[in-house]
Amino acid sequence: MVIVTLIIILLIGGIIALLSEKLSEEAPRVTALLSILVSLIYLMLQIIKPDYITVITQSSLSDPASWLMHLKLEWIPAFGISIEFALDGLSLLMVALTLILGAVAVSASWTDIKKHQGFFEANVLWTLAGVIGVFTALDLFLFFLFWEVMLIPMYFIIAIWGHENRSYAAMKFFIFTQASGLLMLVSSIALAVIYKEVNGQYSFSYFDLINLPKGYLTEYLLMSGFFVAFVVKLPGFPFHTWLPDAHTQAPTAGSVILAGILLKTGAYGLIRFAVPLFPSAANDFAPMAMALGVFGIIYGAMTAFAQTDFKRLVAYSSVSHMGFILLGVYAWNELALQGVVIQMIAHGFSSAALFMIAGSLQERLHTRDMREMSGLWKFMPKMGASAMFFIIASLGLPGFGNFIGEVLILLGLYQVSSWMAVAASLGLITGAIYSLILMQKSFYGEPNAHRGETTMLHDFRKREMLTMYTMMGALVLLGIYPQPIMDVAQTTLIGLIDAVQLGLVK
Amino acid sequence: MKVIDFYSLAPILGLSVTIIVVMIQASIKRNHKLAWWISFLGVTATLWSTHLATSYPQQVTPLFLINPSGLWFSSLITVGALVTLILSTDDENTGFKVTEEYYLLLLLSTLGAVVLILASHMASLLLGMELLGISLYAMIAFPEKDPNPLEGAIKYLVLSAAASAMLLFGFALIYAATGDLSYTGIGAKLSSAGIKNPLLVVAGTSMLLASIGFKLSLAPFHMWTPDVYQGAPTPVTNFLATVSKGAMLVALSRFTIDGQLHQYPTFMLCLSVLAIISMLVGNWLALRQQQIKRLLAYSSIAHFGYLLVALVALRQLQESDEIFYSSLEAINFYLTAYIITSLAAFTVIANIGGENDPDMRSFAGLFWRKPVQASTLTVAMLSFAGIPLTAGFLGKFYLITLALNTNLWLLLITLVFGSAIAIYYYLRVIYTMLITSSSDNNYEVPLISSPMWRDALAIILMISVILLGTWPQPFIDFMRHL
Repeated sequence: MVIVTLIIILLIGGIIALLSEKLSEEAPRVTALLSILVSLIYLMLQIIKPDYITVITQSSLSDPASWLMHLKLEWIPAFGISIEFALDGLSLLMVALTLILGAVAVSASWTDIKKHQGFFEANVLWTLAGVIGVFTALDLFLFFLFWEVMLIPMYFIIAIWGHENRSYAAMKFFIFTQASGLLMLVSSIALAVIYKEVNGQYSFSYFDLINLPKGYLTEYLLMSGFFVAFVVKLPGFPFHTWLPDAHTQAPTAGSVILAGILLKTGAYGLIRFAVPLFPSAANDFAPMAMALGVFGIIYGAMTAFAQTDFKRLVAYSSVSHMGFILLGVYAWNELALQGVVIQMIAHGFSSAALFMIAGSLQERLHTRDMREMSGLWKFMPKMGASAMFFIIASLGLPGFGNFIGEVLILLGLYQVSSWMAVAASLGLITGAIYSLILMQKSFYGEPNAHRGETTMLHDFRKREMLTMYTMMGALVLLGIYPQPIMDVAQTTLIGLIDAVQLGLVK
Repeated sequence: MKVIDFYSLAPILGLSVTIIVVMIQASIKRNHKLAWWISFLGVTATLWSTHLATSYPQQVTPLFLINPSGLWFSSLITVGALVTLILSTDDENTGFKVTEEYYLLLLLSTLGAVVLILASHMASLLLGMELLGISLYAMIAFPEKDPNPLEGAIKYLVLSAAASAMLLFGFALIYAATGDLSYTGIGAKLSSAGIKNPLLVVAGTSMLLASIGFKLSLAPFHMWTPDVYQGAPTPVTNFLATVSKGAMLVALSRFTIDGQLHQYPTFMLCLSVLAIISMLVGNWLALRQQQIKRLLAYSSIAHFGYLLVALVALRQLQESDEIFYSSLEAINFYLTAYIITSLAAFTVIANIGGENDPDMRSFAGLFWRKPVQASTLTVAMLSFAGIPLTAGFLGKFYLITLALNTNLWLLLITLVFGSAIAIYYYLRVIYTMLITSSSDNNYEVPLISSPMWRDALAIILMISVILLGTWPQPFIDFMRHL
C-alpha cells in the first residue's frame, strides 16, 4: 500500500495546490513542496527499518512476496489485469530520485511561473505521481497506463508555460512518446495473448511473463516494440530529436523533470523489461544497441558543441550521456549495470542543476543565447561557481558521481566488447570539450559590451543555493562513497542477470 | 401476437406513442416548450420500459429479433436522443428557432434507429433506415434561412437516395439468389447460393455493403460527411454521429452474423479493405482541418474503420468460439465508448459554439474561461485518441487484443499507424484550449454565464467516459450477459 499511498498523496497534493491558487501566490508552491517532502519522509519512514538491507537482498524474481513491498489487487479480471505494484532496490532508488528531483523542480520554478501557478504545481505533482507509478508498476498494462498518463501533465507544462516555440515542442514530445508507446502496448498485449495460449487465461503480470517461452521471431519482434518505446524516451540515437526541442522550450521545472526523471524511465524500462522479458532476442540485438549507444555518445557530443543556445547544449549533452546508459544496459553484466544505476542518479542531479542554472539565466537575461552572455561570473559569482561545479561533474571528473557511473560502465563494457569501450571512451574527451565551451562562453571572458555593467543581475539567493548545495552534496557523496547505492541495487541487478542467463540457457 | 411480444417491443411502442402524443398536442395547441417536455418524458419512459422485455432472444413477428445486445444498444441510442433533446432546448444552442416539428422529427429518427437495431429482416432494415434518414434530412435543413445546413441536407439527401436505391437492388439480388429476406434465412441459404450463383451473391452483398458504408461514412463513401457535419446544427450533428451511425453499425454487425456473411471470404475481404482505407483516409484528412466539426467528421471515418476491424475478426469463426464472443464484446465496448465520447464532445461544442460554425478559434483559451467544458472536451479528445484511463483506450485495447488473437496483421498495423497520427489533431484541439491569448497580461476573458444544466450534462458525460475507462469490469460482466 505504501506506493499507492505515495501516489495518492501526490495526486491530492496536486488538487490542493490547484485550489490553493485562490489563497495567495505562494500557496501552490508551498503546497507542492510540502506534499513532495511529506511523501519523501513517508517513504523513508516506511523503508528505513533496521533490517531493510537484508530485506532488499532477499527479493527474488521468482517470489514477489519477498520484495520490499508487493501489492496485487484484481482490476480487470476479464483480461488478467491487476493493480500490481512492487518495490525492490532499483525501484526504491528511482522513486527516491524522483521525489528529490521533484522538490528541486518546484524550487527551480519558484519565481518564474507568472500565471496559473496552482495548475502548474498540480501538473508537476501529477507528473511525479505518474513517474512513481512507472517505476513501481509490475503489471504491464498498469505500467503502460502510467507511461502514457504521465505525458499529459508534462504536455500541459510545456504547452502552457513553455517558451516561444512551445506548441511545436509539446506536440513533438507527446507524439514521439505516444506513438512509440503504442508499439509497446501491442507487444505487451501480444505477450498476454501468448500467455493465454499456454495457460488458458490472460495475464499482464511481470512475474508471469518473465519466463514465458516464445518463438524466436516473435520474441525479436516483441522486443523491438519495447526497445523503441524505451529508446525514444531515453532518448537514444536516432530517436532523440524530440529531446532538444522539449527541453529547450519547457519551463525550468519542466526541463528539470524531463532531464532528471523522465529520461530515467526509459533506462529503467530497458533494465526491467526490454532485456529480461526477451533474453535471447536482447542478447542477439545487443551489438546493434551498443552501436546506437556509441553513435549517440559521439553524435550528441558533436551536436552539443555546435549549439549556441545554453539549454540546447545541455539537452544534447543528455543525448550523449544517455548513450553510455544504452551501452551499459546492453553490456548486461553486474559492473556495467551498477554503472548505469549510478549514472542515472548522477546525471539526474547534474543535468537538473544545469537546467536550473539555464532557467535562472533566462529569467535574468531573457535569452538563452550564449553569444549574448559573457563574463557573467563577475556579476553572479555564486551562480558561476555552481555552474562550474556541475559542468566539471558532468564531464566526468573523478570525485563526482558521473565519473563513477561512466567508469563502471566502461569497465563492464570492456569485458564484453573492448572496441565498443574504446569508442565510447572518446565520449569522455568530447564531453570535456563541449562542457568547457559552455562555461567559457557564458561565465568567463569579458563582460558583454552592450549589456553593460549597469544591468541589475542578482546572484543566486538562499533558496537557490540551498537547492544547489543539496545536489552538490549528492554528487560528491556518490563520487566518493557510492557503495550504499550499489548495495541497494545489487540484488535486483543480479536477479535480472540470472534470469536472463536462465532464459539464454533455455 | 402474445402480450409478451408487446413487452418486448416496448422501446418501439414507447417512442411511437410519444410521437402520436406530440402530434396531437401540436395540432391542438402549438407550444414548443410543452412539446419538449412531452418528448423528454416520452423518451425517458421509453428508456425505462426497455427492461420490460424479459424473455429473450425473442422473435417478434418475422421483422424483429429482440435480444439483449439489441436492447442495450437501443437504450444507448435512446440516451443519445435524450442528450440531443437536452441540447436542443433553447434557440441559443441550436442556432434556429425550434418548433414542435423538430422534436417530432427527432423522435421519428430515433424510432427509425431503434427499428434498425432490432431488425431481423430486410424489410424492417429498410424501413428503419429510411425512417431514420428521411427525418434526418429535415433536421439537418431545419434552419431554413441558412445556406450551409441546406447544402448539407441536399448533399445528404441526394447521396442517401442513391444509397437506398443501391440497398434495394442489393436486396433484390440477394433475394434472387437465396429466395429469402430474413437474416437467418439468408444465412442458411447463402453458402449453397454462393456456389450456384456466385455473381449474384457477390454483387448483392457488395451493393449492400456500399450502401451501409455510405451511411457509416466509410471511405471511399465518405464524401458527404464533413459538409453535413459542419452544415448541420450541432445537436443534429451529435444525433447523426451517435444515433444514426451507431444504429447503422449495429444493424451491419447483426446482419453480418445472422446472415452468416462472416463465413463468406469475399465479403470479409471487402470489409477489410474498407476498414484500411477508412482508417488511413479519415486520419489523414483530419490532420489539416481548422473546424472542429469537420475534424470530428473525419475522425469518425477513422473510428468506424477501427470498428470494422472487430467485425473482420469474425471471419471464419464459429459461433461457439470464445474468440467469436470476444469479438462481439469488442464491437459492443468500442461502440459504446465511441458513442459516449462523441456525446461528450458534441455537448461541449454545442455549449460553446452556439449558432455559428465553431471555428477552432472560438475554443482558444477555453480552459481559463469555462474549465468544466474544456475539461470535458479534453477528456473526450483523449478518449478518441485512445489515452489510458478513458473509455476510448479500452476500446482500442479490445481491438488490438482481438487483432492479435485472430492474426489480422495488416489491419493491426494500420490501426496502430492511424492512432499514432491521430494524436496530432486531437492534441491540437487540446492545445487550442490551452492558449493563454495573444497578449499575455490580458488573457482573462470574462466568464460567459451559462445555465447550470450545461455544466452538469458535461460533467455527467465526462465521468461516464472516465468511469468506463478506469473501472470497466462491471460493464464487461454486463456485456457478457448480453
